[in-house]
Amino acid sequence: MKRQVYLDHAATTPMLPEVLEVMLPYLNEDFGNPSSFHSLGKKAKDDIDGARRGIAEILHAREDEILFTSGGTESDNLALLGYARKNQEQGKHLITTKLEHHAVLEAMMHLEKKEGFEVTYLEPDREGLVSVEQVESALRPDTILVSIMYANNEIGTIEPIVEIGNMIQKWREAHGRPALKFHTDACQASEYLSLDVEKLHVDMLTLNGSKMYGPKGIGLLYVKRGIKLQPLLFGGAQEKAIRPGTENVAGIIGMNKALEIAQRDREKETERLLPLRELLERGIQEKITKTRLNGHKTQRLANNVNISFMDIEGEALILYLDEAGIYTSTGSACTSASLDPSHVILALGLPYEVAHGSIRFTLGRSTTQEDIDYVIQTLPPLVEKLRSLSPVKVDPKYFV
Amino acid sequence: MTHAQQPDPGTKGDVITKNGAQSWFYTDVVKDHFFHPRNFMMEDAVESDYNAIGKIGSPACGDELRVWMKVDPQTERIVEFRWKTFGCGSAIASTSMASEIVTEHGGMTLEQARKLKPMDIMDRLGGLPARKFHCSVLCDKALRDAINDYYRRTEQFDKIVAEAARLIDPVAKVTDHDIEEAVLDGAHTLELVQQKTKVGIGNPGCLPAVEELIRFYREKYFGA
Repeated sequence: MKRQVYLDHAATTPMLPEVLEVMLPYLNEDFGNPSSFHSLGKKAKDDIDGARRGIAEILHAREDEILFTSGGTESDNLALLGYARKNQEQGKHLITTKLEHHAVLEAMMHLEKKEGFEVTYLEPDREGLVSVEQVESALRPDTILVSIMYANNEIGTIEPIVEIGNMIQKWREAHGRPALKFHTDACQASEYLSLDVEKLHVDMLTLNGSKMYGPKGIGLLYVKRGIKLQPLLFGGAQEKAIRPGTENVAGIIGMNKALEIAQRDREKETERLLPLRELLERGIQEKITKTRLNGHKTQRLANNVNISFMDIEGEALILYLDEAGIYTSTGSACTSASLDPSHVILALGLPYEVAHGSIRFTLGRSTTQEDIDYVIQTLPPLVEKLRSLSPVKVDPKYFV
Repeated sequence: MTHAQQPDPGTKGDVITKNGAQSWFYTDVVKDHFFHPRNFMMEDAVESDYNAIGKIGSPACGDELRVWMKVDPQTERIVEFRWKTFGCGSAIASTSMASEIVTEHGGMTLEQARKLKPMDIMDRLGGLPARKFHCSVLCDKALRDAINDYYRRTEQFDKIVAEAARLIDPVAKVTDHDIEEAVLDGAHTLELVQQKTKVGIGNPGCLPAVEELIRFYREKYFGA
């Protein structure tokens, strides 16, 4: 059988057997609707409450601060649209960055274009970092929400969320602006970084089950007590009527288990993956000329290696890699289906040619040193072949 | 940022194979040409061995294509057709296929080659994903550019055919030249171009192509 090396863990992760196991009963025998007034319903209600308590404990939150949704996109949308709409009389200015996931960017653009909000899109530096000073100088008396991702899905750069959260908290008190809130999309962070909302000083936080070896179709939004959101959906009292609809019981149970394991193992996994990341990074750069490592050299997720291969187009390389059994992506999985080059690489101030040639390798629990060796051995002739077909010569100043 | 992926006119979805099956992925013929490209220009090739050169696109758009042709001056048939492309799987496969079509059976005459349509290349490939249709548009354009180059070099100026404008939006009757003009007039975003030209308002399926053109002309004239 052909060797298969899955290096697209930022797109999605397989479910862990432990997660599947705890979910299974809720798909058949314990199928009750948590809103039903009988034993089967009560069992489901009790168990999702248990999962909610478990998750709240991991996040250092209270259980009434956890709202279950259908995933990261919905959580981001609910945080942004829900908060902005509900609190617009407090101000109509919002702040975000140019390298957010589309779930944040497009929600922001919608508020800007259709609902009369003003949005500041902060420009990251060449390595994808946004500074506390940058955020602070963008704050205005009418700013009500700042949304900055914890770790970037394409280049893995980790933003200084604790420092930004701290600054916002102080600014809010100093300027008497209680309406100013801070949201972070932590979807890519759950496997490797602390999700302690107290230490992060965040008011809202997005998580997604399918990025943490849990099920797809489940996510959550941590919403600090006292924050009011306008719902996106109507039709029931579930999730305090902020997110009505019959609960995804199995998904909630599975997400609790997945988060528990992710946070339990995160330091161990980081330690295990860092040398593999190094190996891949160095192996590629030693064997292949004219490349550029995108993202921050050190302030980066332990599983992320994003490299631009100059003079070639990323999609072509992905298909060559796919043929060799290596699964990667260009930028985010969402952009693979469109012709646009990665908005994240462009936001770093790099030209289209460099963005077009970027490939994201994201390691995970299944990744071994043999996998990395196989990639390093397979990749160079493929890049060479595509370069021999290419008329383009990217300016050497962009190589690193 | 992203746009809804609408099929281009003339295609019905993603890859459309003879038996009607649809898939995002490429057909076996496309794959064969992609993994084993024919007739590409070798690194050590000498440009002066060729008597016609064509170029189209820009890497900013995600595609750049150059072709080199050897035309027999007696018969005006294409004896050799070489190419290099910066592009995705479809761009590589469709150029490779085009290089076969124009050189097989003793080679096409320049007049025959000028009539080669993107659909002819698509048909031979067994279909392309809808959003990749523009790749095969690129290679027939580069071919015509090279044909004109041959006539220019041989001073047969009467045979040069200037590229007619390409209709981008058949509803609003907007061509690529109209979009070029709008961008030159300072409309650098889709919204501004739409204000000027009404492109895509009744035909949103063409918007991805429009956005790409805007980027292409912005890069061409303003470098960003």
